Amino acid sequence: MRITCPICGDRDLREFHYRGAAKLMHRPAPDAGDEAFYDYVHIRENPPGLNRELWFHELGCRAWLVAERDVTSHEFKSVELAAEAKRGAK
Amino acid sequence: MSRLAKGGQIDRSQSVPFSFDGRTLIGHAGDTLASALIANDVKLVARSFKYHRPRGILTAGSEEPNALVGIGTGDQIAPNVRATMQEVYRGLAAHSQNHLGPLAYDLLAVNDLMAPFFGAGFYYKTFMWPKAFWEKIYEPLIRRAAGIGALSGVEDRAAYDKAFAFCDVLVIGAGPAGLMAALVAAKGGADVILVDEDFRMGGRLNADMQEVGGKPGADWAADTVADLAAMDNVRLMPRTTITGAYDGGTFGALQRVSHHIARPGADLPLETFWRIVAKRAILAGGALERPIVFPDNDRPGIMLASGLRSYVNRFAATPGQAVSLFTNNDNAHQTARDLQAAGVRIAAVIDSRADAKISGDFPVLTGASVIATKGRKALRGITVQTASGIRNIETDCLAVSGGWNPSVHLTCHMNGKPVWREDIAAFVPSDGAIPGMIVAGAAGGDFSTHAALKTGAGAAKAVLKDLFGKAPRITLPKAEDAPGAMTPFWHVSGGRGRAWLDLANDVTTKDVVLAHRENFRSVEHLKRYTTLGMAPDQGKLSNLGALAIMAELTGQTIPETGTTIFRPPYTPVAIGALGAHGKHKGFAPERFIPSDALAREQGARFVEAGLWYRPSWFPAGGETHWRQSCDREVNMVRSSVGLCDVTTLGKIDIQGPDAAEFLDRVYANMFSTLKVGRVRYGLMLREDGMVMDDGTSARFSDTHFVMTTTTAAAGQVMTHLDFCAQVLWPELDVQFISVTEQWAQFAVAGPRSREVLAGLCDTAITDEAFPYMSCGEVSIGAVRGRLFRISFSGEHAYEIAVPARYGDALARTLDGAAKALGGGWYGMEALNVLRLEKGFITHAEIHGRVTADDIGMGRMVSAKKDCVGKVMSQRPGLSGPEREQLVALKPVGAVKQFGGGAHLFNEGAPQVRENDQGYVTSHCFSPTLGHPIALAFVKNGHARIGEHIRMKDYMRDIETICEICPPVHLDPEGGKLRG
Repeated sequence: MRITCPICGDRDLREFHYRGAAKLMHRPAPDAGDEAFYDYVHIRENPPGLNRELWFHELGCRAWLVAERDVTSHEFKSVELAAEAKRGAK
Repeated sequence: MSRLAKGGQIDRSQSVPFSFDGRTLIGHAGDTLASALIANDVKLVARSFKYHRPRGILTAGSEEPNALVGIGTGDQIAPNVRATMQEVYRGLAAHSQNHLGPLAYDLLAVNDLMAPFFGAGFYYKTFMWPKAFWEKIYEPLIRRAAGIGALSGVEDRAAYDKAFAFCDVLVIGAGPAGLMAALVAAKGGADVILVDEDFRMGGRLNADMQEVGGKPGADWAADTVADLAAMDNVRLMPRTTITGAYDGGTFGALQRVSHHIARPGADLPLETFWRIVAKRAILAGGALERPIVFPDNDRPGIMLASGLRSYVNRFAATPGQAVSLFTNNDNAHQTARDLQAAGVRIAAVIDSRADAKISGDFPVLTGASVIATKGRKALRGITVQTASGIRNIETDCLAVSGGWNPSVHLTCHMNGKPVWREDIAAFVPSDGAIPGMIVAGAAGGDFSTHAALKTGAGAAKAVLKDLFGKAPRITLPKAEDAPGAMTPFWHVSGGRGRAWLDLANDVTTKDVVLAHRENFRSVEHLKRYTTLGMAPDQGKLSNLGALAIMAELTGQTIPETGTTIFRPPYTPVAIGALGAHGKHKGFAPERFIPSDALAREQGARFVEAGLWYRPSWFPAGGETHWRQSCDREVNMVRSSVGLCDVTTLGKIDIQGPDAAEFLDRVYANMFSTLKVGRVRYGLMLREDGMVMDDGTSARFSDTHFVMTTTTAAAGQVMTHLDFCAQVLWPELDVQFISVTEQWAQFAVAGPRSREVLAGLCDTAITDEAFPYMSCGEVSIGAVRGRLFRISFSGEHAYEIAVPARYGDALARTLDGAAKALGGGWYGMEALNVLRLEKGFITHAEIHGRVTADDIGMGRMVSAKKDCVGKVMSQRPGLSGPEREQLVALKPVGAVKQFGGGAHLFNEGAPQVRENDQGYVTSHCFSPTLGHPIALAFVKNGHARIGEHIRMKDYMRDIETICEICPPVHLDPEGGKLRG
C-alpha cells in the first residue's frame, strides 16, 4: 500500500502508523459528560467503503494525516494534514 | 549418457563437476541441476511426502512437485530447493530428501504398503483419542514425519538483502509476450523493469523449436534481450520471481542473487527481496502444462511433455531412449517431432482423442489411454487401453500433456476470481483483477506464439497511451499461429493402481472420492480435507484435475465447482529474505549512553532497557554476586554520593507562547502556574483515563519547558504530543522536539551530592539558588549545561545535563569528584532499590491498567482545568474501594524473598482466582531497612494499611505472610530531599 503524504510525497505504507477513525479529531468539550467521551474514545462505525482515518507519518515527517480510504479496495481518495483539516473545519 | 550429441543452449566447453548424494557428476554451464541429473541418467531423485514413493523429475520449471532437494554442505543445507530452478556450478552439493537409509532403499517406503490406512482424513480420524496420547505420542510422531526437507536447527548464516525499485511498467515474465511488451514499452519511452524467474530469458522460446521473425525462437529471444539490455530505461531482472501483487501497484519480488555462484563475493547476498512499485504492470507469466491423471502416474520417467521438450531442446539431455507420449492435444505432437529431430526414438504416441489427426514416423494410438505403468525406481513399460484391446509398450520415459492452465495466480492476490473459458477448458484472469495490470499471452489464454507477441505489444501500447497519451507503431515479428486443438481429458477411470493428483502431497483420485463421500465437497473443504494443492504444489498442477473429478462426482460443471484462492507467494520465499537485515543488530539496534565507555572500563554489567544498554551494577573488588554490588551502591548513595547516567529518559524541548497551556492539557496536574526556574512532577493520562506516563517538566522561561518522560514511554509520549498538537489543538502556538540524544544527563544523588557539583559549576549551588524542585542553567567551564534539583532516590539529589558530545568528559569529571568523597556509580539494580525504598513508581506499576486514583494520585487530576483523560478517569468504577490500589508490602517475620508477579490472598482463604486480592509489581531487598520490600496492587489497599495478607508466587514456589504498608518507607516527610 502507498500513501501520498502532503509533505513527503508517495511513500510506502510501512513508514506510517494507523491510528483509526478520524472521529478522534473531534474531542468533546470538557463539560460534554462522560457519555460523550465514552462515545469518542470507544465507539466506532467501521463501515465498508470510504472511511476518514488518521495516519501518522511516524518514520517520515511525523505529520498526522487525515486520509479518505476505501477499506474494501485500499484505495486512497485524499490525504491531507490533520492540522489543516482541523483548522479548515472551524 | 543421456546428453545429446549436439544442440541446446548449454556451453559444452565448460564442464561443471557437482555432486548428488555424494556422487560426483559432470554438467555444463547453462544446465539446471535437473537437466544435469537427466544428462547423467539419474532418474530417481526424491521420495514422496507421505508414502515415500520413488519419484523423478516431472517438469522443467518452478512448478516442480517432485524434485525437491537440499543444497549445500554441513549445517548450511537449504532444504526443498527445486532441482529445476537450481543452476549447476562447480562444487554444487545436492542431497535427496525424505528417506531413511539410502534414497534407493528408503526404509520409510513401508508407508506405501500401509497406504490403505493413510487416506485423506487419516489424522483427523486416528489421532482423536485417547486424549493423553496427543502430547506424548501423536504429536511427536506427526512432527517427525511431517515435511519433506529438514532444517539443520542452526542459524542460517547466508546474507540476505532487501531493495526497492520504481518503474512505469513492470513486465512479469520474459517469454514472447513479455519480451514484446517490454520492447514496445521501452521504445515508447517508459521506465521498464522486466523480470523472469529463469536465468535465461525467453520462456518457451528457449524450449520449443519454432521460428520468430525468421530466426530460431531462442535466437530472437536472445537478440531482443540484448536490445533491451542496451536501453538505459530498461532494467532486466532474471532469476527473479514476482511473489505477490499488493495494493497501490506494489509487487514483491524474490531475486536469487548468488544461488548459482560457486564462491560468491562477500558483498553478494544469497537472495534479495524487492518491493517494486509500478505505475502499470503487464502480466506475461505464461501457462503451466497440466498432467493427465492415470494409475501409477508418479513413476520416475513420467513427466510433462513441455518439460521433456525443455530438456531435449534447451539442455540437449533426454530423459529416455524410447519415449512415449500421452496427450489430449495437438501441442504435444510437437514434442514427438522435436524428439525425432534430436534422434530420440518414439515408442508410441497415445492420444485420448479418437479423431486425432497425427502423422509421423512412429506408432500412433488414437482413442487410447494409459491404464497402468511398471518400474519401481524407473519406468520400464506402460499398458495402453485402445478400442481394439490392451497393449503393453516398453518405454523408459512417458511424456504427458493434458493441455495448459494460464498462470492466473498473481491476478488472484487481491481477491480476483478467475473465469472459466470453455474453448480452452481453463480458468483465465478476470478483467481488472489487479488495478493497473494487463494480462498478455498465454497467461490470458492466448497460447500461440503469434498471439503472445500480439497481445504483448498490445498491452504495452495500451499502457503507453494511458501513461503518455501515445504509443509507437510496431511491426510484429512473424511467428506460428496454430491454435492447437485440444479435447479436455482429465483422468483415466478405473485401473488398479492409485492415480496421483498432487504429487507433492501424495493426494490421489481416491482421496477426492473419499472427500466427496464424506461430504467435503466444496473446493475449500476438499483442499483442507485431502491437503490437495497445499504446500509445494499450491494448486499449480493438481487443482484442475481434482476440480474435474469433484465436478463429475457432484454432477456440476468445473466453473460451478469453483477454484480455490491463490495467495502469495507464487513460489516459496525464505524467511531470511523477507526478514533481510532484521536479525541481530538489524532487529534490535543498540543505543549507548554517553558514559558507556567509562562504565565498561569500570567493569559494569549491563541490562537492556528497550534498545538502550544501561549499567546494571558496578562490581567492586571482591564482589561476586550482584546483590553485594547493589547493596553497596545503595548504601553509598544513602551515606555519601552516587552517580547514574539518566540520559535514556525521554527529553522533549517544548517552546512557544502556548507551551504552558499545552502542558496543562496533556498533564493531569497544573503547569501554567509553575514558576520559571522550577520543576514539577507531572502525571500524564491516556484519553481513556488510564495513566500513560509520568516525569518532571522544568520551566526555563515563560515560553520554554523541558519535559522528561520515562525511558520506556519516550516514543509513545512523543507520538501522543504530536497527536495532541496537530490533531486536537492545532490552534495552539507550540513547537516541540525530542532532544533525548542531544543532552547527556547524570543523576548526582546523596547527602554529599552538592559537594560534587560545587567544585564543578561556576555558579554557587546553594539551597537558595537551587532549592528542591528547581532548575537553571549552569556553566561547567566553557560548557553551558542545565542543572535540575530533582530526586528519584529520596536523597538530596541533582541531575546535570550537558550537550551529548561533552557527556563522556562530564562523566569522567563527576567520577573523580564522587570517588574523592567515597562515592561512585550506581546501576539500575541500585536505582530500583532506591526508588522502591522511597515508593516511587515505574512502568512496572503504571502498566496501562491503573488510574491516578489507584496509585494514590487521584487528587493530582486538577479540578481547575481540562486535560486528556480527565473525564474518563472520573467514571464510576475507576476509583474507590473496589479497585486494586498501590501499597507497599513488608514481611511479617523472617522472609528472605518476595516474588515479582506473585498474587495476594487473604489469610485462610483458598488460593484460587476468585479470591485474588492483588499482585506484586516490584520487589527488592532493602539494605537500608534490612528486609525485603515490595510494591503491590491490593483491593481497597489504601484502606487496609496494617493488615496481613498472604503472598503466593506459583512460579518460584514462594509463600509468605506480608503486612500492607504505605508505599513510602524512607523519609516520608521528604526532609532529606530538601535539606
